[in-house]
Amino acid sequence: MFRLEPRASAPLLWQVATPVLAVIATMIAGGILFAALGFDPVAAIRTIFWDPLFGPAASYSRPQLLVKAGPLILIACGLALGFRAGIWNIGAEGQYIIGAICGAAVALAAYPADAFWIFPAMILAGALGGWAWGMIPAVLRNWFGASEILVSLMLVYVAQKIAAWMAFGPMKNPEGFNFPGSRNLQQYEPASNPELIAGTGLHWGVIVAGIALLVTWFVMSRHVLGFHIRTAGAAPRAARFAGVRPERLVALCLGVSGALAGLAGLFEVAGPAGQITESFGSGYGFTAIIVAFLGRLHPLGILLAGLLMALTYIGGELAQLMLQLPAATVQVFQGMLLFFLLGFDVLTRYRIRRRHA
Amino acid sequence: MMIDPIAVFVLLLGAATPILFAALGELVVERAGVLNLGVEGMMIGGALAGFAAAHATGSPALGFVAAAFAGVALSMIFAFLSLYLLSNQVATGLALTLFGLGLTAMFGKPYEGVKAPAMMAGPLGLNLMIWLGLAMVPVVWWALTRTRPGLILRAVGENHDAAHALGYPVRRVRLGAIAFGGAMAGMGGAYISIATVLQWTEGMTAGAGWIALAIVVFAQWNPWGVLAGAWLFGGVTVLQLRLQAAGVAVPVQLLSMAPYLATILVLVLISARQKFGRSAGGAAPGSLGRPFHALR
Amino acid sequence: MTDIFRAEGLGKTYPGVRANDDISFAVAAGEIHALLGENGAGKSTLVKMIYGLVRPDEGRMIFAGHPHAPADPRAARAAGVAMVFQHFSLFDALTVAENIALGMENPPPRAELSRRIAELSQGYGLPLNPARRIATLSAGERQRVEILRCLLQNPRLLIMDEPTSVLTPQEAEILFATLRQLAERGTAILYISHKLEEIRSHCDRATILRHGKVVGTVDPRAHSAPELAAMMVGAEMRVIDRSGRNPGAMVLAVAGLSTPAGRSEGVALKDVALRLHAGEILGIGGVAGNGQEELLSALSGEIATAPGTVMLESADLSALPPEARRRAGLLSAPEDRLGHAAVPEFSLTENTLLTAGSRQNLIRRGLIDHAAARNFAQSVIRAFDVRTPGPGTAAGALSGGNLQKFVIGREVLGNPRVLVVNQPTWGVDAGAAAAIRQALLDLAAQGAGVIVISQDLDELLELSDRFCALNEGRLSAPRPTEGLSVAEIGLMLGGAHGMEVAHVPA
Repeated sequence: MFRLEPRASAPLLWQVATPVLAVIATMIAGGILFAALGFDPVAAIRTIFWDPLFGPAASYSRPQLLVKAGPLILIACGLALGFRAGIWNIGAEGQYIIGAICGAAVALAAYPADAFWIFPAMILAGALGGWAWGMIPAVLRNWFGASEILVSLMLVYVAQKIAAWMAFGPMKNPEGFNFPGSRNLQQYEPASNPELIAGTGLHWGVIVAGIALLVTWFVMSRHVLGFHIRTAGAAPRAARFAGVRPERLVALCLGVSGALAGLAGLFEVAGPAGQITESFGSGYGFTAIIVAFLGRLHPLGILLAGLLMALTYIGGELAQLMLQLPAATVQVFQGMLLFFLLGFDVLTRYRIRRRHA
Repeated sequence: MMIDPIAVFVLLLGAATPILFAALGELVVERAGVLNLGVEGMMIGGALAGFAAAHATGSPALGFVAAAFAGVALSMIFAFLSLYLLSNQVATGLALTLFGLGLTAMFGKPYEGVKAPAMMAGPLGLNLMIWLGLAMVPVVWWALTRTRPGLILRAVGENHDAAHALGYPVRRVRLGAIAFGGAMAGMGGAYISIATVLQWTEGMTAGAGWIALAIVVFAQWNPWGVLAGAWLFGGVTVLQLRLQAAGVAVPVQLLSMAPYLATILVLVLISARQKFGRSAGGAAPGSLGRPFHALR
Repeated sequence: MTDIFRAEGLGKTYPGVRANDDISFAVAAGEIHALLGENGAGKSTLVKMIYGLVRPDEGRMIFAGHPHAPADPRAARAAGVAMVFQHFSLFDALTVAENIALGMENPPPRAELSRRIAELSQGYGLPLNPARRIATLSAGERQRVEILRCLLQNPRLLIMDEPTSVLTPQEAEILFATLRQLAERGTAILYISHKLEEIRSHCDRATILRHGKVVGTVDPRAHSAPELAAMMVGAEMRVIDRSGRNPGAMVLAVAGLSTPAGRSEGVALKDVALRLHAGEILGIGGVAGNGQEELLSALSGEIATAPGTVMLESADLSALPPEARRRAGLLSAPEDRLGHAAVPEFSLTENTLLTAGSRQNLIRRGLIDHAAARNFAQSVIRAFDVRTPGPGTAAGALSGGNLQKFVIGREVLGNPRVLVVNQPTWGVDAGAAAAIRQALLDLAAQGAGVIVISQDLDELLELSDRFCALNEGRLSAPRPTEGLSVAEIGLMLGGAHGMEVAHVPA
């Protein structure tokens, strides 16, 4: 038998090693799963993790990496702030949808005008929309003590219903032959978020994600705000003693993560997605939770984890195409990855010793 | 528009049943001091496993048994990680939900568009699962408050260090509670696929697991409160569907928000009552969500 | 007298610590046997082995003539060992009867159990209502529940872990009367404490532990308190230097200080008033849970109070948050080192940022100066002899005494006008405790005002110039410490909290 002995501090080696171990374990478990389903495990793993970068169709799929990683990283940056402080915003998906709707609303209201301010105004609206949606659980927690976990999650479903309503009602494209869904913003230049350098997948959302990473890194390591966030998460009473006001932190973390998720939604609707549809929310808000954990809530880790998750999205599509793997493979992978990560994390927090009989 | 109150009540009972099962299970888990946010994942797992088994055997009863097993199996992943590897319960529960949704989406494809076998009828035109759900309320209440295992379970949830000091097997008690929660969530999920929607669709639990979690809070960890919460939720759902059917001039999408908004509302009301009311501390189990690690 | 329990060569090693080493001693039926030792001497480990919570690495135990190796506490209870914990092992949300049932192997049905509780509690003069919820009971009443829970098992050995630390002196007297009654009926009592006087007056024999080893078993009545202390610590106690202090002008005035009631488990402060002078140490005594934490929080700024209630040298701090109060010169050190005064996961360097950010100029315009923080941590470590590999060590890795020295040192080096400390030497070894007390005296000698909140009456009598008592959120008028007797202090602390009613028939 073994027993666990708590460590006073988490060694850096294990902090870095556990995500890597988790990824490897996920590949092995995934391979076993594929074999059980009757697929060639080696081919499947290669298709998901290798081919998108270096395979025959890499020139098409490589740019997709930034396209998918951008929103994941942007959302995960915001979530990491809250998770560090013990504030659980798990409704980023809803904030993402509302941000997109608000941004699209500006564009559709301006249509067909051609003015320089349209795109900046959309960005502002997207951020504000996400912020407002994130502030609902913040306010309800601060005023009434309602669980931000459950409220933010319920609001995801509400946001999905609003997106469906928009697609069928107020935002329906009048020239869309009565199909649900808004106008395609990619075809409305003043409102579109195009690929900035052809063949790279780089768009404004990716640039903003990069800025978010840098700002997050600065705040968490150099600024007193980051220190307060970490203190609140590690020891709430010590944080209060140090002068942290928990209500402010709740509003800040939920507001900021909502705004970043809203921005991610805006850049998506103005760029890769193009329009508001019933199923606009595609799960980025939930996958970003995994990105934040896999990245150990650290900006550099989030960058790597975001790229890896993007890879599984692209690889998953590729595997669906080439090997007829089920579409949900990626979701299963992501779930397993989080399980393995949480499991291996025991190594960073505890020393494992053999129990004396 | 004429609404027959008895017919509406029957519909309400049906709409409330999945939530009732899942919330009663989660109530026991939380009374043991564990917060399992994976209810949604276990429900969807039960929904698929139950549907598949019912379809394969033609017996809805076997479907529910299979669903219970699927829920237990999924809950054991959570139990292993949170009890033995001491992972964060919030994150682990979330992972269980994401994993369950993914896994069922993957394995559920062949069952799309297949019809469910007929449900087992019971007395008064209500199916047996509705009766079972209703019966579970007093059973859970009695077991928690009137039996020794129930007392031990509450003790473990209230103060796991003290329970350990008295020699009670904290982890084993919690393992059992989590398994029970898994079985109940699985059956609740299966009720949606076998008895309500009558088919399998991806993500069909649509937040029912999260609503169940909210109802446990609303119920203040009391089984009778869970019944009230589930009926309240069932009422809102039925009303909303009735309004849709009656063609009220409100978009369908907005009407279908009602259960989620109602959940937020009751959550706020109950939290506010706890925050501003006389009862300090509230009814939440003392060790809820805290990992237990005994130095031996 | 016949030995009911005997330990032979018990040993237990934790990683890096030899908690128990070759422990041999015996307890006789019908005696009150003290287990004496300072914090960290290995008392807890020893009794946990007897009670089945910890398994010994070496040695053996014999209980009532049979080998005693309980796999868990239930086995120990079945054998006839019962234990009353220092931190109560009670369940707040459950009733007295439910709590007692949990402590029994085969509890009788509810009605029968309630009847037996009522009967037994009357018999020992410990009245209790079986239907009350634990959350509504006082500390003394909770201890009664623990004791009754043990007595219902008819134990042959009753272990009591620091039972009087939560009691007023009068309540403690009642407890000893009960214990004596039990001993006369043949129960052996193993009584753990570091309070020398109560052991000298109430225990038949004492086994003294030091660094995990038995120093000897003695008759406590045959030795003076200093002799016992010397055996416990292994050397003469360091003499405290109280010289060089003369109270000056008033630095802190608290008046009409009240906190809102009923929010948490604690007690609300009710119209607290005190005046503190420069160069003075004001001692505030009281049994735990009578508003000590609330008082510290109201002074540190964690709780804001009505205008005019907290005045530092004529500046009104009542509405100011903790950081602003620190800038003004009012510093504090809470009781709980791990999680309140310090963050266990953080390094010592990071822990300086909790309170010294502005006073030591470690945080400027929101930016953290990590190098300055490390230097400051280093200077605290040096000035207070904190034993640690360096400022990068996590606070949680330090021993209680070293972390406490760091916490107190962090505030003392902040050069406060007023320093408020709660339980400055709780759970700290004798050497560190002496160093901390001396640091507080030196701080006062340099002209700061110091408030020491403590449950340790000896400590308060040793340090403070004036003494007041905190009881159910109310602060008594201060009395000069000179010439104050323990009995007088006991009455200031609230007497026996109504317990004497049960014992002395009207």
